[in-house]
Amino acid sequence: MSELQIPLRKTALNAVHRAAKSKMVDFGGWDMPVDCCGLIAEHMAVRTAVGVFDVSHMGDIQLRGPGSLAAVQQLCMNDASKLAVGQAHYSAMLYPNGTFVDDVIVHKLSDNDYLIVINAGTREKDVEWVRKTIGHMPGVHVNDFSDYYTQLAIQGPRAAETLQKLTSTDLSTIKNYWFTWGQVCGLHNVMIARTGYTGEDGFEIYIPSDEPTSARVWGEVLAAGAEFGILACGLGARNTLRLEAGMALYGHEISDTINVLEAGLGRYAKLDKPEFVGREALLKVQAEGGPGRKLVGLEMTERGIGRDGYTVFSVEGKRLGEITSGSPSPFLKKNIAMAYVPVDYAVIDTEVAVEIRGQMVKAKFVPLPFYKRAKKSA
Amino acid sequence: MAYPADYRYTKEHEWIKLDGNIGTVGITDYAQNSLGDIVFVDLPKVGDTVEASKSFGSVESVKAVSDLFAPVTGKVTAINEELKDAPEKINTDANTTWLLKVELADAKQVDGLLSAADYEKFTSEETGH
Repeated sequence: MSELQIPLRKTALNAVHRAAKSKMVDFGGWDMPVDCCGLIAEHMAVRTAVGVFDVSHMGDIQLRGPGSLAAVQQLCMNDASKLAVGQAHYSAMLYPNGTFVDDVIVHKLSDNDYLIVINAGTREKDVEWVRKTIGHMPGVHVNDFSDYYTQLAIQGPRAAETLQKLTSTDLSTIKNYWFTWGQVCGLHNVMIARTGYTGEDGFEIYIPSDEPTSARVWGEVLAAGAEFGILACGLGARNTLRLEAGMALYGHEISDTINVLEAGLGRYAKLDKPEFVGREALLKVQAEGGPGRKLVGLEMTERGIGRDGYTVFSVEGKRLGEITSGSPSPFLKKNIAMAYVPVDYAVIDTEVAVEIRGQMVKAKFVPLPFYKRAKKSA
Repeated sequence: MAYPADYRYTKEHEWIKLDGNIGTVGITDYAQNSLGDIVFVDLPKVGDTVEASKSFGSVESVKAVSDLFAPVTGKVTAINEELKDAPEKINTDANTTWLLKVELADAKQVDGLLSAADYEKFTSEETGH
């Protein structure tokens, strides 16, 4: 074939995944494991014990300098002035029309230093957007750190016990959505964040992206979690876990055609902040009585699985909207989905139908998230 | 992966085992492995007619849905009822977990299908291994 093919990008753990015979797929230009040892087993390991994910494909943009706070404030919808050093929050970068460039996690490293973790598939676009939007602002340098770190997510009720074996940092001192630096597997200055994308307690650690170091730490995490039944997990389980937890995924629940208020993420958009890209558009939507459609949870009440792109109808046969993500829920043992429908219809328990390969299959609206972990008392 | 020598195979990853003019149909080990955890199988009814190379149902894993294609033309004489509640059996043993039995109008139909060796060659080319 004469066609030029762009080779897939690989994380530092690619050879490890291949040696473990994980099923690999092209994920936004990355050669990533979708399934390491069975999606359902991996999913259940994270819900009931612990699992580890290679999430090195995600991007990291650092904003540095005395103007970095002003830059983050302009760029992202949440209020970064409320962050303490060592704290992180969910946020998003918006276009002027209030739709998503990407959803992000902003970490405050120091008063003059913020780290924005972005999605893999939108990386180039995001970096370009950041440079274009705040590159001209005084006192801020934009650094794309994406290739310097192997990022591991250790998630599940036994995640803390697992990681604690590998670090001298007392993990109980890190609160949810806070982070610190410590020694992990003998490596100095590892960023340890109590964040994740599974609905469980868990940590994301950032280690140097060289292959031997990455492979060694991956192996040590698996060994440390062995007594709890840790499993290496792929993107398949990551997707079903985040769907159960009702978390948005770029290209599905959020995109450049969906605004923050429709996506139900308005609470992260601090409209009382004097300025940020997208603010005017969101204020306008609000002034006009709010968005016309809304993201809802859907549970199939008849046999059948509603998948991404399938159409949702009212019982009278009116087309309501489309499913953005749909899958069997391994933990709840139901077939669940999220969909955008007109706000007038978005009432819990409303019966609807999903067209599945030409057949109308019954479903109903249910509250989001589908799954919420029980909070530990103190 | 194991492909019994006395079965015949399609490029859509079904197998058929012929016994007189009754063909037993399933999906291959390669197919179940590619699909991952199977959670739902949609099959025709006893008495329905299936047509060679046409879709007769679907199989769904957590991740994806795939059409099932009939290896032969004939009348459905039995479906594996067990799969309604335990579709994951296909993952455990694709070679013995059948989907349906078909009465072939003409048993010679299977002659045009792949042998185990040909199928193995076909799948290894498909994965590029």
